Amino acid sequence: MTAPLMLPLATDIGNPTVNIVIFALFVVATLAIVFRASRNNKTAADFYAGGRSFTGPQNGIAISGDYLSAASFLGIAGAIALNGYDGFLYSIGFLVAWLVALLLVAELLRNTGRFTMADVLSFRLKQRPVRMAAAISTLVVCFFYLLAQMAGAGGLVALLLGVSHRAGQSIVIAVVGILMITYVLVGGMKGTTWVQIVKAVLLVIGAGIMTLWVLAKYAFNLSSLLGAAVDKSPAAGEKLLSPGLQYGATGVTKLDFISLALALVLGTAGLPHVLMRFYTVPDSKEARRSVSWAIWIIGIFYLFTLVLGYGAAAIVGPDRIKAAPGKANSAAPLLAFELGGEVLLGVISAVAFATILAVVAGLTITASTSFAHDIYGQIIKKGQISGDGEVRVARYTAVVIGIVAIIGGIFANGQNIAFLVALAFAVAASANLPTILYSLFWRRFNTRGALWSIYGGLASTIILIVFSPVVSGKVDAKTHASLSMITDTSIDFHWFPLDNPGIVTIPLAFFLGWLGTVTSKEPVDVDRFAEMEVRSLTGAGAEKAVNH
Amino acid sequence: MSDTRDPDLTTYRDVQLSPDFSELRRRFRRFVFPMTALFLVWYFVYVLLADYAHGFMSHKVGGNITVALLFGLGQFVSTFAITLIYVRWADRRLDPDAEKLRRQIEGEAQ
Repeated sequence: MTAPLMLPLATDIGNPTVNIVIFALFVVATLAIVFRASRNNKTAADFYAGGRSFTGPQNGIAISGDYLSAASFLGIAGAIALNGYDGFLYSIGFLVAWLVALLLVAELLRNTGRFTMADVLSFRLKQRPVRMAAAISTLVVCFFYLLAQMAGAGGLVALLLGVSHRAGQSIVIAVVGILMITYVLVGGMKGTTWVQIVKAVLLVIGAGIMTLWVLAKYAFNLSSLLGAAVDKSPAAGEKLLSPGLQYGATGVTKLDFISLALALVLGTAGLPHVLMRFYTVPDSKEARRSVSWAIWIIGIFYLFTLVLGYGAAAIVGPDRIKAAPGKANSAAPLLAFELGGEVLLGVISAVAFATILAVVAGLTITASTSFAHDIYGQIIKKGQISGDGEVRVARYTAVVIGIVAIIGGIFANGQNIAFLVALAFAVAASANLPTILYSLFWRRFNTRGALWSIYGGLASTIILIVFSPVVSGKVDAKTHASLSMITDTSIDFHWFPLDNPGIVTIPLAFFLGWLGTVTSKEPVDVDRFAEMEVRSLTGAGAEKAVNH
Repeated sequence: MSDTRDPDLTTYRDVQLSPDFSELRRRFRRFVFPMTALFLVWYFVYVLLADYAHGFMSHKVGGNITVALLFGLGQFVSTFAITLIYVRWADRRLDPDAEKLRRQIEGEAQ
């Protein structure tokens, strides 16, 4: 390992003790909240959906807490600091995507489903096969997203706590996993939601203070901040301010960018842990308010990261960022240290950790709900099971998922986080969104269409990723170092040229959904379709909030 | 059940075929489908410009502010604006009629 090299660098920026103390305060405070919230965890609706009693604004803040992962905070700020404008393009895709959820999905989903995405997809089609497909796709997306967060936790530790050896990082990953299991077991959806709310507030305030601080240094003149960033980055220069630094190199990278843009804008409304949050409010009007709040918070946060990214380029400079242990991911923490010293760095580090904890807790509860409710409750037990029985299975599942995530995170430590997140978005956009839209809006849609679309989207995405340059055969032109998951440059089995498969797999999944439907003789279940359509638009028969 | 229940609307099929529901569905779709098309087209115009029109996008409009930056911020503005417009529209034009139908279907029992 390069520990001797990394240690002085890691301890160079700030005081690990300060970071750990501030983080411990967050953990104690959130655990207290989670234990308080757990008092009312009685029914399945409590455990899975927080009793459906959160208000729109509360849920909107929690959605932001669920969505703004460490990848968006540290990753985007770092990408802007090093690649300038091309980093900004990510945040635009991540934000605009919410309009799909707002206009087409959130309210209709809230009105028709109970706990999971599969509830809606299997509403008027053949229950078991469609539910199984939707649950598998849910679990796959959650798994990749979870792995990304856990791997990120390892990298973050190296940077923020000065733990640079692999064993130490593995222990921290295990601690993150155990905390997340505790949150989910004790607090259920209610506890998880409160953790996300606390984290979102801390994250936005922290980023907001840093943004104002950076802007104040340049007399609140964005143009002079941009100028300073250009001056400090001689290699990139003026290119920092316009697109193309990262994706403009060749025709293939340009195509890759379109593919990524497509996956980002269509992926969000198919992310199961986002969809599940719509069930935590009492009705569709509150679901609409949730998304509206989330859009404002997420949008303002991404505007902050624009300033922070260029601020890191101007104040810290690309050379120091590249030399730091976390590379691009260290841009925001380094900037915090330059601005406010140890204390601000400690706060920002703790917030980044809290971010990972809140996101993994949300993913764990989504995956365990899907397993317990869809696979165990509805498929294995055919619905002949009490809510308590299901919740017990959900709790066991949460423990299993937590352990799998810890082991996976330890193995994935050091992997490219952005790749894992982009994979989750690509699967969500290909396997989930076409089926959601077809089943909500296309009367003729049937079981074969759903199965072909889900399994076709899922399989094509995973196959194209496995044979893409992100897994093997990508080499840095200058340093000849491997940029792939398999770092041995002699192994190269890639034949698909793009990093992101969305441009192929999303249209393919839409096409398969259509083809499966028109080739199947299954008649439309007119009564179930009528019920679904009427319920989705009027809210009649929708699940009500739990009154305690 | 109560007397607010419309005797003609006994099943979801009946509601689905009723003129009130058709009108609600038409109104909803005539708003969200064009709006979705609009923001997707605007987003992809922006993505394609950022991808293939580097010269145009790197043009400076004042100080260090580039056309690309204005277009990017424009995406934020349009997203916020569509959110505001949709929420106001849905609160006024969707909720009252949806609520009326819901009451008819469920009756006043609750």
